[in-house]
Amino acid sequence: MSREAAALGARLRERDLGAAPAALNLLENRAPARRPEIAALLAEVSPARLGGEASAHVVGVTGPPGAGKSTLLAALVRVWRARGRTVGVLAVDPSSRRSGGAMLGDRARIDADPADRGLFVRSMAAGERLGGLAPATRAAAQALAAAFDVVVVETVGVGQSETEVAEVADSVTVVVQPASGDVLQFLKAGIMEVPDVLVVTKADLGVVADRAVRDLRSAVTALGDTPVVAVSSIAPVAGIEALADALDAHRAGLNVTAARTRARRLGALADYVAEHGERGLRALGGRRTAERFLAEQDPALEGPALVDALEGRAGAG
Amino acid sequence: MRDNLHMSHRLPERDKPWMMRTYAGHSTAAKSNALYRGNLAKGQTGLSIAFDLPTQTGYDSGHELARGEVGKVGVPVAHKGDMHALLDGIPLDRMNTSMTINATAAWLLALYIVAAEENGIDPSVLQGTTQNDIIKEYLSRGTYAFPPAPSLRLIADTVAYTVEHVPRWNPVNICSYHLQEAGATPVQEIAFAMATAIAVLDEVRPRVGQEQMGAVFARISFFVNAGVRFVEEHAKLRAMATLWEALGRERYGVHDPKHLRFRYGVQVNSLGLTESQPENNVQRIVLEALAVTLGRDARARAIQLPAWNEALGLPRPWDQQWSLRIQQVLAYETDLLEYPDLFAGSHVMEGLVGELLEGARAELARVDEQGGAVEAVPYMKAALVESHRARIARIESGQQVLVGVNRYTETEPSPLTDDGGIMTVDPAVEAEQLAALEAWRAGRDEEAVRGALTELARVAASEDENVMPATIAAARAGATTGEWAQCLRDAFGSYRAPTGVGDAAAAPSGEALATLRDEVARVAEALGRGLKILVGKPGLDGHSNGAEQIAVRARDAGMEVVYEGIRLTPSQIARSAVDEGVHVIGLSILSGSHRELIPDVLEALRAAGGGEIPVVVGGIIPEADAEALRRAGVAAVYTPKDFELTRILRDVVAVVAEHNGIAAAA
Repeated sequence: MSREAAALGARLRERDLGAAPAALNLLENRAPARRPEIAALLAEVSPARLGGEASAHVVGVTGPPGAGKSTLLAALVRVWRARGRTVGVLAVDPSSRRSGGAMLGDRARIDADPADRGLFVRSMAAGERLGGLAPATRAAAQALAAAFDVVVVETVGVGQSETEVAEVADSVTVVVQPASGDVLQFLKAGIMEVPDVLVVTKADLGVVADRAVRDLRSAVTALGDTPVVAVSSIAPVAGIEALADALDAHRAGLNVTAARTRARRLGALADYVAEHGERGLRALGGRRTAERFLAEQDPALEGPALVDALEGRAGAG
Repeated sequence: MRDNLHMSHRLPERDKPWMMRTYAGHSTAAKSNALYRGNLAKGQTGLSIAFDLPTQTGYDSGHELARGEVGKVGVPVAHKGDMHALLDGIPLDRMNTSMTINATAAWLLALYIVAAEENGIDPSVLQGTTQNDIIKEYLSRGTYAFPPAPSLRLIADTVAYTVEHVPRWNPVNICSYHLQEAGATPVQEIAFAMATAIAVLDEVRPRVGQEQMGAVFARISFFVNAGVRFVEEHAKLRAMATLWEALGRERYGVHDPKHLRFRYGVQVNSLGLTESQPENNVQRIVLEALAVTLGRDARARAIQLPAWNEALGLPRPWDQQWSLRIQQVLAYETDLLEYPDLFAGSHVMEGLVGELLEGARAELARVDEQGGAVEAVPYMKAALVESHRARIARIESGQQVLVGVNRYTETEPSPLTDDGGIMTVDPAVEAEQLAALEAWRAGRDEEAVRGALTELARVAASEDENVMPATIAAARAGATTGEWAQCLRDAFGSYRAPTGVGDAAAAPSGEALATLRDEVARVAEALGRGLKILVGKPGLDGHSNGAEQIAVRARDAGMEVVYEGIRLTPSQIARSAVDEGVHVIGLSILSGSHRELIPDVLEALRAAGGGEIPVVVGGIIPEADAEALRRAGVAAVYTPKDFELTRILRDVVAVVAEHNGIAAAA
């Protein structure tokens, strides 16, 4: 079984995009018995096996419901595909607390030729975990990053979700629509981390959108040099190329190894806490001590290996 | 005194009956023409053309999405030659023709005008209606082609053009019919229809100027629904008349009482027609016809009645004749048309109307807050999905009685359905139509067509030039429906309407649902991840109620649901199913194209590497077809008589369990 899982990982490493669905089916499996297989798959796409960080650009797209994220993403995917890049999309939707059920894919469909293997879209239910990401999103992003040129992690929300997205993505873009004063307030108050690129959708709304861009620009200028891009995702489409360029520019200026290493460590800690809870965290001497411990680990270690290390440490302590 | 009394409760002379139509068309233009002539000979007084889905959505018969749909739910009309064949021998200068056409209304109207011209008839005498209401297509019926803004422009262009050149034509039939079919309450039906009318009139106003607004207002008619709660339904129509008049006076400055009159046609409810004991549908239809005829002050101008066997499949000419005879008995045998308004002074009716008006005004205010009907499409869609969810829950719980379905289900075998009781369209029609289309293309002046389409593209890209003259020129030159629509798709872009399922309220946790949730959780645990289902609508059929309700209930049962809306090709569905890693696929088709499309999906799944994923199907599927689908590998087939969603989903979970070697629940 682990051999088959490793073979899936190897196919991804060799950029066989057709391996993505089966790889995701495995990575989403939460049965304890499947953990060795998941570890085997991820080992095949680890920096050690790849000889460095995966070359994909991992992009986080998040924002409040109704901001036009999906329509924007559909337009952005078209631009990336036109530029010859393969794209894997992980779209995370919230789950019902009561039933555990989730409505996935209820969003603007990314219309593409179904024969185009260069685009892969997978919806994930966030499950019981707070913070925007589904349990398997980090691992999935890591696996897809070995095979695709661009990996998108899309989540819904504002104020919390972009924090977790920031941990898995090289570049985070927060999408807002004009007249979204709440985002402005969250930014100013520091409730929300400043994203790498801010996008204002519905630029076809003219004056309202212009004002929104101005307000956001003045807000972020005080906090950093985040670009603000106005886009219209519906005809006449505008600003999408500029957004793709802004994301590229951010990626070009990024220390990818440092960012990915940090992402893997934070992800491992989140997985560890999800499994062992607060008691497990105490066994490590608290969150800060755990983070210091992780910082001393081999930067090339992938998620499951880091969780193993944490569990070993907790057991030893 | 005696005379006054006499005058107040009798009319000096019997009213003229309403216009009687039958919504009809299938297979080919020639076959439909024969049907129309037969219907007119039986006493039908107007025409009502049903177009097939490719014609309604702007595709030629050869397009990938047209597969299985050519000639199914209506007649294919690809060019002026088809229109000539469709209307052959029918006196267009005296006929009143209703065309149920929306996204491509400007085009079909152009074909009708050209057909008249070429028969030597001046377009200014033409009478009839193009439905031309795009908003309800986004909300319920699904045959849209372009995004909202350019769609509204097309509507306004047809209004501005007809007011001047085809003055007796009703260019828009604001259509609340399909809202009720999608679950609208009477209040929602009134409010959303009025909101749509406002969106259209606001778009037209700058094109025509205030002095023409009276004439424009007078040409806007409505197409409503009537359900079996016929007293309340009648009150609904009176409320609509009141609101319409107020709207004309207050918002559009119209004062001539003739212009302010609320004019409507009607097709009575199909949603409540049942597959079980289908003969009961006849009395439902009769009662619904009363809803729109009882009170003289809000009586329909034109009526078309569905056939008793609609929930089984396509009606035959005999079934349609029965429905026409219902109208004729009502109009000619009863004394209905001899009296003034029956409800004048009725405090019950006044009270009902008052309630509905109050509710509708509040709902209209909510739509207005969102910026009007176009901006409020997501809100209205979610509200309809929610109303329909509540309706189904009432039927499942028995709170709302459906005779023969959830009560009084014991029945003798019906002699009416011994022979299947429906019509089937010859599958050879599609190939026939395709060959005829190729012959048409070969025989036309190609250069003239290219020139006309280039001009159309230029006009479409312009800011405010009316598209009708260029559209008529393209029709005259011999362009096809698919060419016209593609030209505009290139100019306007494409669009997917919201599904409305995201915001649907969770179902109340009954015992059956709780048991199902436990079972879903148990199977998910054994699977190692969430039980994931793809709900898909292949092809052009836009009737998405069933798919939406299954999607919402599956979510409430704890499943992870992928629902991407209507109009997907089999290969798109297969690709999504594989990429999304679903455990089961549920497909819904109501248009009769299941015989072609379901095997296509199975084949596409095999090609995409998802051949092992079990598929269940729901729709208007005759038993003989269901058997064939099961033989082709479909795990289960559901039809309208399977109204209990929770039970269907219990089956679906069992299919997933069995398929994955998970033992049945203890």
